[in-house]
Amino acid sequence: MLEQLTDRLTGVIKSLRGQSRLSDSNIQEALREVRIALLEADVALPVVKTFIDEVRQEAIGQSVLTSLTPGQVLVGIVHQALTRLMGEKNEALDLATQPPAVILMAGLQGSGKTTTSGKLAKWLKEQQRKKVLLVSCDVYRPAAIEQLHVLAQTLEVDWFPSDLSQAPSAIARAALDHARRHYHDVLIVDTAGRLAIDEAMMHEIQQLHAALHPIETLFVVDAMQGQDAVNTARAFGEALPLTGVILTKLDGDARGGAALSVRHVTQKPVKFIGVGEKLTGLEAFHPERMASRILGMGDVLSLIEEAHRTVDRVEAEKLAQKIKKGQGFDLEDFKTQLQQMKKAGGIGAMMDKLPAQLTRGMAVNQAVDERSLNRIEGIINAMTPTERRHPDLLKASRKRRVATGAGVSVQEVNRLLGQFEQMQKMMKMLSKGGLGKMMRGMKGMIPGLH
Amino acid sequence: MFGFLKKSPSPTADVVPSGWIGRLSAGLRKSRQRLAAGVGGIFARKLDDAWFESLEEALIEADVGVKTSAHLILQLRQQARGQRLEHAQDLKPLLKQALVELLQPLEKPLEVTTHSPHIILFVGVNGAGKTTTIGKLAQHLIQQGHSVLLAAGDTFRAAAVAQLVSWGERNQVPVITQEKGDSAAVLFDAIAAAKARGIQVVLADTAGRLPTQLHLMEEIRKVKRVVQKADASAPHDILLVLDANTGQNALAQVRAFDDALQLTGLVITKLDGTARGGVLAAIAGERPVPIRFVGVGEALEDLQRFGAQEFVDALVE
Repeated sequence: MLEQLTDRLTGVIKSLRGQSRLSDSNIQEALREVRIALLEADVALPVVKTFIDEVRQEAIGQSVLTSLTPGQVLVGIVHQALTRLMGEKNEALDLATQPPAVILMAGLQGSGKTTTSGKLAKWLKEQQRKKVLLVSCDVYRPAAIEQLHVLAQTLEVDWFPSDLSQAPSAIARAALDHARRHYHDVLIVDTAGRLAIDEAMMHEIQQLHAALHPIETLFVVDAMQGQDAVNTARAFGEALPLTGVILTKLDGDARGGAALSVRHVTQKPVKFIGVGEKLTGLEAFHPERMASRILGMGDVLSLIEEAHRTVDRVEAEKLAQKIKKGQGFDLEDFKTQLQQMKKAGGIGAMMDKLPAQLTRGMAVNQAVDERSLNRIEGIINAMTPTERRHPDLLKASRKRRVATGAGVSVQEVNRLLGQFEQMQKMMKMLSKGGLGKMMRGMKGMIPGLH
Repeated sequence: MFGFLKKSPSPTADVVPSGWIGRLSAGLRKSRQRLAAGVGGIFARKLDDAWFESLEEALIEADVGVKTSAHLILQLRQQARGQRLEHAQDLKPLLKQALVELLQPLEKPLEVTTHSPHIILFVGVNGAGKTTTIGKLAQHLIQQGHSVLLAAGDTFRAAAVAQLVSWGERNQVPVITQEKGDSAAVLFDAIAAAKARGIQVVLADTAGRLPTQLHLMEEIRKVKRVVQKADASAPHDILLVLDANTGQNALAQVRAFDDALQLTGLVITKLDGTARGGVLAAIAGERPVPIRFVGVGEALEDLQRFGAQEFVDALVE
């Protein structure tokens, strides 16, 4: 969807070229495209309607500055409105209370509460230096308690035992008492998944809330949820005094339309987003960046942060040292880069975060690109370690051997070497001017990056 | 074929005589109200553009999607013009008919072949309900007199194995697990065990994965290849488990898993909530993979066969 919205807006921008003022008639078509794109991103219809009206109000009569095209002006307005809709800035977790600060997790079945509880415990332990206690009140799903137990062990975080014969509120009270007596800073309470229309279960979580007085009651939402997200969010919001939202499974092409809907309905900030099943996959939610990403302006900041997380530190440092020392970037490094790219979710996931202006025309077919990545890796694997370090050694005969070894043509080997040379040049630029210089060089190409 | 899909063998099914239709209707009541609320006010009016617009909105709110809604509306407009219909009420049966025609081809219950064992691989995104579906299906198969073995192929998520083992204990069926190791190895083991014990059906669990996690999609392809090595005719079924709450991303899921594995069917879970599952219409239009089961509640007998007419009735009535 992300590409789609970008494509649509790119088309619209073209149609608006040469108009000096935005009027009801010339933005009609553009807004229709925005509407379709948002609906395809699973933003709930009532939210889309409000949003479009807001943008129209704001856009009409805006005169176009000489330096901008009308399309750019409109995109700017849409970007601002999206950011506003998602809550302007990141809102941090509120833990300012007499410890233990209790965090209650709530949501539908399968939205990711237990995994997110684990991720949150890790985040609190490592980023905030908190002493965390985990407890599960899910006495329904088989092995749900065990799942949290395993996570706690992996994270080396304290865990409060519970079992299926206990009442959830009794578990909660005992855990709270334990947390108080053992000086825990934070108590994270995982709960069973429940339907908003299941009155008995909603009553149960209200009782839990009453027993715990949590400072944070977080609603966990699957980013892939459809139009019904507004209804579920409304029902949970009415039953519980929610303080925030965590959006899960927001990887790659997950559309995250639910982010807009849930925020709009509950008026509660999205505090975190969950990406991947690995316990490191929890990020602070930045509305402005998300808006940029939805509009295809690229989320370069998150891309850099993500690179920091997924890239193997040791490997990255080795590479940095090498470049600093002026030792060249060799094919071995190139291979490592390729592998790390795959780890980070492949080309598609990265493309999603790059500005559309840069990616247009690239990534025609993601599957083909992944396959070509594998081929490149194959070619490099067919070289000797010395050849990888000194690609200059590769003359006709060696190239023939490598091509046979990798099962490709000599032309393909040549193409790889050509691409590699380009990359080497870029790396040299990087070592001379640093990342900052490169980004400054890119600035002209990326709208929204100031 | 599964007899239970035709009869209602479980004693609890008698308590809810209307079966899954009743349950589904209850779950979909809200959506019906919504559709009624959107359309009801203009039933008295003549058909006009505004009416069609309201209908489109109602369809979109049921997760049918922009494209499929537009397609349905176009079809209805033409029919209305052709038959000179003047009242919106007249279009209701036509809308139903169009949806049923779209969904009917997906109405194909699962058939257990005579392959011994018949191997069913369950795949899907995280939290779709794969393990729970396996637990419920195992119970049904046993009631039908099949012998069943479960393979704990989700070696990634914490306690996923324990969850399946607990389902195995409940149904008193063997569960093949490994302390360490990947899904492929567990499934290979499970198939060998099923053959040795003369078991008829193997239900194989796998870890949840998103279509964008390409290394995990590659891994599931490998799992399939390894299963084929253990038994050249297997897997006899590859079922994608889909959460009915999912919006338009469901299409991307069906596309990606079908491309990677050539799906033989879908299982739609959590249809008892307030979500309408209208995305099934979009799936029917773009990737008509048969729907083998729908989950309409937490109880074991709530895993039912899919009926297009009942589904559409519950959605549009």
